[in-house]
Amino acid sequence: MRRYSAFAIAREAARHHQGWERAWRSPEPRKKYDAIIVGAGGHGLATAYYLGKNHGLKNVAVIEKGWLGGGNTGRNTTIIRSNYLQDPSAAIYEKARSLYETMSQDLNYNVMFSPRGVIMLAQTHHEVRGYQRTAHANQHQGVSTRFISPEEVKKLVPIINLDGPRYPVLGGLWQARGGTARHDAVAWGYARACSDMGMDIIQKCEVTGVRSSNGQVMGVETTKGPIDCDKLGIVVAGHSGVLADMAGFRLPIESVALQALVSEPIKPCMDVVVMANTVHGYMSQSDKGEMVIGGGADGYNNYTQRGSFHHIEETVRALIETFPMISRLKMLRQWGGIVDMTGDRSPIISKTPLGNCFVNCGWGTGGFKAIPGSGWAMAELMAKGESPLAAEFTMNRFKAGRFIDESVAAGVAH
Amino acid sequence: MLLLTCPYCGVEADETELSPGGEAHLKRFGPGASDEDFEAYLFLRDNPKGVHLERWRHANGCGKWFLAARCTSTLEVFGTYPAQTTRPPEDVLEAIRAKRPGWEMPA
Ligand SMILES: Cc1cc2nc3c(=O)[nH]c(=O)nc-3n(C[C@H](O)[C@H](O)[C@H](O)COP(=O)(O)OP(=O)(O)OC[C@H]3O[C@@H](n4cnc5c(N)ncnc54)[C@H](O)[C@@H]3O)c2cc1C
Ligand SMILES: [Zn+2]
Repeated sequence: MRRYSAFAIAREAARHHQGWERAWRSPEPRKKYDAIIVGAGGHGLATAYYLGKNHGLKNVAVIEKGWLGGGNTGRNTTIIRSNYLQDPSAAIYEKARSLYETMSQDLNYNVMFSPRGVIMLAQTHHEVRGYQRTAHANQHQGVSTRFISPEEVKKLVPIINLDGPRYPVLGGLWQARGGTARHDAVAWGYARACSDMGMDIIQKCEVTGVRSSNGQVMGVETTKGPIDCDKLGIVVAGHSGVLADMAGFRLPIESVALQALVSEPIKPCMDVVVMANTVHGYMSQSDKGEMVIGGGADGYNNYTQRGSFHHIEETVRALIETFPMISRLKMLRQWGGIVDMTGDRSPIISKTPLGNCFVNCGWGTGGFKAIPGSGWAMAELMAKGESPLAAEFTMNRFKAGRFIDESVAAGVAH
Repeated sequence: MLLLTCPYCGVEADETELSPGGEAHLKRFGPGASDEDFEAYLFLRDNPKGVHLERWRHANGCGKWFLAARCTSTLEVFGTYPAQTTRPPEDVLEAIRAKRPGWEMPA
């Protein structure tokens, strides 16, 4: 792999950009791999990357039914934060956030990580108490957050209306080192690094069945024929239920649509990410100037990547109270992804009833921020059979009643 | 926008009048049940890509719970029926089988 650098740009400019090599190979599948990952979203690719980088396991294929990064990874609003309430969540999200800080150097790929800061607005007294509690919990967890006053909010976000008629701003939970990154670049950067390690990323190839013998996974059926493997990782977000059915077990997951939209581009006006969980809306400004807006998930089971328009309407209506200046903006485009929601709103990184078959799912509305930490933990689990970061995120926790309840801290899409 | 006909009041309601309630025909288990049964009742879901039998409430209408048969990959509605049943009525089953030959009611 030829490294990207300022020198490389100059060199290629001198020969009219004819010399750039392809970022990853597109091979046909081999008969057998040590490990197969289903799903080339951020989590699947990061899992493959750390299998190679941390555990020396490089005979790996990542199988993707569409194009890599075309699922939720390429559809999300890219908010990165780690201000969760429960210890297991804070540990894995903070690991992920810290890996984002060095990801561009690590992958030699500019993922445009922008630690611009994230505010979660407190707009009810209940929220004030909730976020003060989270700030205290974060202190113990080594996650740097602070509860700030309405005046401090106004200083950080001059365009905000503090005394909205229904939901005045009473303060906020501030994580200065949260922010955003370029979603596609995260997928592309991992894909390039995996391909460089000799791994096969096989796109336009759908897994249609899971083969097993004596309770052990043997391989997968695909639209490009059967492929054998010693270990299988299922990392397919909204399609987790479908893959679990192929592998013969059920998951505590329902798939629903989550939507987002962007406005026409405008001059820079807000350089932090603002989330307003009571009214179910959040907003940031992209480098191109678009206001990037998201809200709550739709309510019913759905695999169509299309949501209901009234949810967009609700989100925008709520945000206009808090940001009156956006009321005249035109919406540029809107889209949806299918998110995998668990009962306690926390993810699953786990062994399954099928031997040597592992599952990583349930990231729901908030897994972009977790990609490097999740891949790190999933790779460790697949390589060694256990991972401290993943220990609490087993699928058995629902039977045992050991929930990791983040529905208070993360009750809204993000 | 999704349109469902409430089997009680007969209103063809659009989605903003309704609230979704997840998978229908769950087998209920209470105190004294095994951990497996209790977990399955509370958390495990079929979550199919295809025909889904599900609960809805006519929240901003007559207020009653009813059930619907709907496809999660096309958003097509096969029919709605009252909630006091353990399986869909014959006409709804027929409507599903006519469009999805080979479909079987989940166990
Ligand atoms: C609108 C929206 C906004 C969001 N905003 C945020 C945010 O601001 N911050 C945040 O942290 N998170 C956010 N999220 C959540 C985040 O996008 C996801 O949690 C994360 O991207 C999931 O990554 P993944 O790799 O698990 O899934 P995906 O990127 O969806 O990848 C799964 C892949 O599996 C493939 N696949 C499925 N079935 C098969 C099969 N049978 N065979 C082969 N391949 C298959 C799919 O094609 C897909 O590419 C948002 C999500 C949405 C939809
Ligand atoms: Zn009614």
